[in-house]
Amino acid sequence: MNSEKHYLGIDVGSVSINLVLINEQHEVLDKLYVRTEGKPISILKKAIEEISLKHHGDLKICGVGVTGSGRDLAGVMVGADVVKNEITAHGLAVLTSIPQASTVIEIGGQDSKIIIIRNGVVSDFAMNTVCAAGTGSFLDRQAARLNIHIEEFGKLALESKSPVRIAGRCAVFAESDMVHKQQMGCHPEDIVKGLCEALVRNYLSNVGKGKEIRPDIVFQGGVAANQGIRAAFEEALGCEVIIPEHYDVMGAVGVAILAQREVERKGCTSFKGIENIKQNFNVRTFECAACPNSCEIVEFIAGETILARWGDRCGKWTMKNEKKSELRSLA
Amino acid sequence: MVITFPHMGKMYIPVKALFDELGVDIIIPPKINKDTLDIGLKSCPEMACLPLKVTIGNYVESIKRGADTIVLSGSCGPCRFGYYGVIQKEILKDLGYDVDIVILDPPREGLRELIDRLKKISGNCSLYSGLAALSKAFKVSEGVEELLELVLKQRCKEINKGDTDDILSRFEEKVRKVKGANKILDCIQDAKGELSKVRLDSKKKTIKIGLVGEIYTIIEPFVNFDIEKKLGDMGVEVHREMSVDNWVKYHLFPDIKFRRKQKRTLKYAKDYLDLCIGGHAWETIAHALYYARKGMDGIIQIMPFGCMPEIVAESILPTLAKNENIPVMTLVVDELTGEAGYQTRLEAFVDLLQLERSRKENEFGEALSWN
Repeated sequence: MNSEKHYLGIDVGSVSINLVLINEQHEVLDKLYVRTEGKPISILKKAIEEISLKHHGDLKICGVGVTGSGRDLAGVMVGADVVKNEITAHGLAVLTSIPQASTVIEIGGQDSKIIIIRNGVVSDFAMNTVCAAGTGSFLDRQAARLNIHIEEFGKLALESKSPVRIAGRCAVFAESDMVHKQQMGCHPEDIVKGLCEALVRNYLSNVGKGKEIRPDIVFQGGVAANQGIRAAFEEALGCEVIIPEHYDVMGAVGVAILAQREVERKGCTSFKGIENIKQNFNVRTFECAACPNSCEIVEFIAGETILARWGDRCGKWTMKNEKKSELRSLA
Repeated sequence: MVITFPHMGKMYIPVKALFDELGVDIIIPPKINKDTLDIGLKSCPEMACLPLKVTIGNYVESIKRGADTIVLSGSCGPCRFGYYGVIQKEILKDLGYDVDIVILDPPREGLRELIDRLKKISGNCSLYSGLAALSKAFKVSEGVEELLELVLKQRCKEINKGDTDDILSRFEEKVRKVKGANKILDCIQDAKGELSKVRLDSKKKTIKIGLVGEIYTIIEPFVNFDIEKKLGDMGVEVHREMSVDNWVKYHLFPDIKFRRKQKRTLKYAKDYLDLCIGGHAWETIAHALYYARKGMDGIIQIMPFGCMPEIVAESILPTLAKNENIPVMTLVVDELTGEAGYQTRLEAFVDLLQLERSRKENEFGEALSWN
């Protein structure tokens, strides 16, 4: 038994849910990376149970932070101390683990972003706009189409001797270009390498547009596991790219650190406890008829009680989750 | 003749005042919602810019309620907006609506034509009563703008979240029901009075953000996901130089004092852009510099997807941001924009500004302690 304090960071993304446990020294004790499969509530429940089973009774969660596109939902579900956007969370995690970093390249399931760090603070950032080309979901799809395991996808690219050129501006064009090259008889490894290069080109001219990309460069997010993309980045930027040890869960690490700070500031945690997360959660939606906006309201229910509502433009329904807005302004 | 017009933020209030005074029947299009946008998406060319689609939705919804004449302002270019009127007429014809579209181009494009068109929609009133109606509508326009500015100042500091917006939405409900400019002015006064009673945390330190970009996307809350409210609720004081009132003052009324001021503001941009390249690109750059020199913490540019003038401005902004040392973020709105990603960007931008602010304050604090 130890009496160490633990902080839980949760990142509910479009493709994966990541959990990390850190101690007071910000060391990652355990991490869990599971697929969202379109069911964030039940998968998150399972993930929390899994992590608590693994540590038996040794777990002493003193604070919880949530981030990712599903942060509002997860925040209400677990009783989070901090609900924070993923850009700030990623930035903080990098600043804590790799202080000399100047540029962060982050490619996740549906988002890709660039974070510029100067003098130890986030000074600028950008996210992909209307196009999801080059993100994890697109790579997933292409790997499935070529019948290559996504884990093997990057390795395959490294075997290529003469990559083919693929149009990277748009996911749809990239796909039809790949089909065309494949039907011409090009080798799969050359096509995969070509795709990696196209995606990097697309990232640099789209997300990285007008930004000064200075070393040290950190590459993180689920796609950082792809060696082909990493190699393509190093080739395009002409310098080494650092991949942090916990590249796939950096958002969760960042928000766990934020949770620790927040708990230290206010002196207690709002975490509901693992037992309370096991209860039944339900979601109900209805269309508000009060005005022509006809917003779709989502109600989040635990057992019999309504925990939160969101989706309205006027604030008539969301204002009732006072706690949520408090959380936001505090952090 | 029943007149309707496109929505743009709270523009319908002065327009209503004008036609009420002229004694012309109007139909205010219903507040923009998903259905409005859907109508536009179905009937407009996919490549057209977002405001064209949304305003087509406005017309169709009004026509279904009985409108037969559409009034909108034109500008004869130099951006796609200059062709809105003629293209929308064709689109409505294809949809099977036989309505009259009256385009009011600025006087320099032909005074005679403008007067004829004005006569057509003014219900044959005398010149005197026409001018009287215009001047009253002008007062309403000013009053609405003052009210909105008050809202921007207060929202970020209110103690009970939502108080300010409650008053604003009650005001909007009331104003649709009354008739005549004087009654509307009374409503504005009442709302101002109510706003002055909202409890505020006057000591609260707020981050200041200036909005720049294309006028429609800045002003219409439906297309920009109510950015003013979102930022206000995060404790941000929003500044917006672009407004219906300023547009009216600059383009329609011979308000010399205001024109001089506007010209001075535009001169700010001279090192970056020294002429009108269409749309509001010039204003975007000028206002960004104006905000930077006024000591704002950050600037947000909003534009519809594919807006050429704003794309030019967007590529100028990074240089400006570097020279003036002020963070700038660009948001592109389109029919597909997901609100979650939008919220994330806004939150992250506010975090960034807050960190920067506290870093500056710390430096200042240290400087003091060295003395």
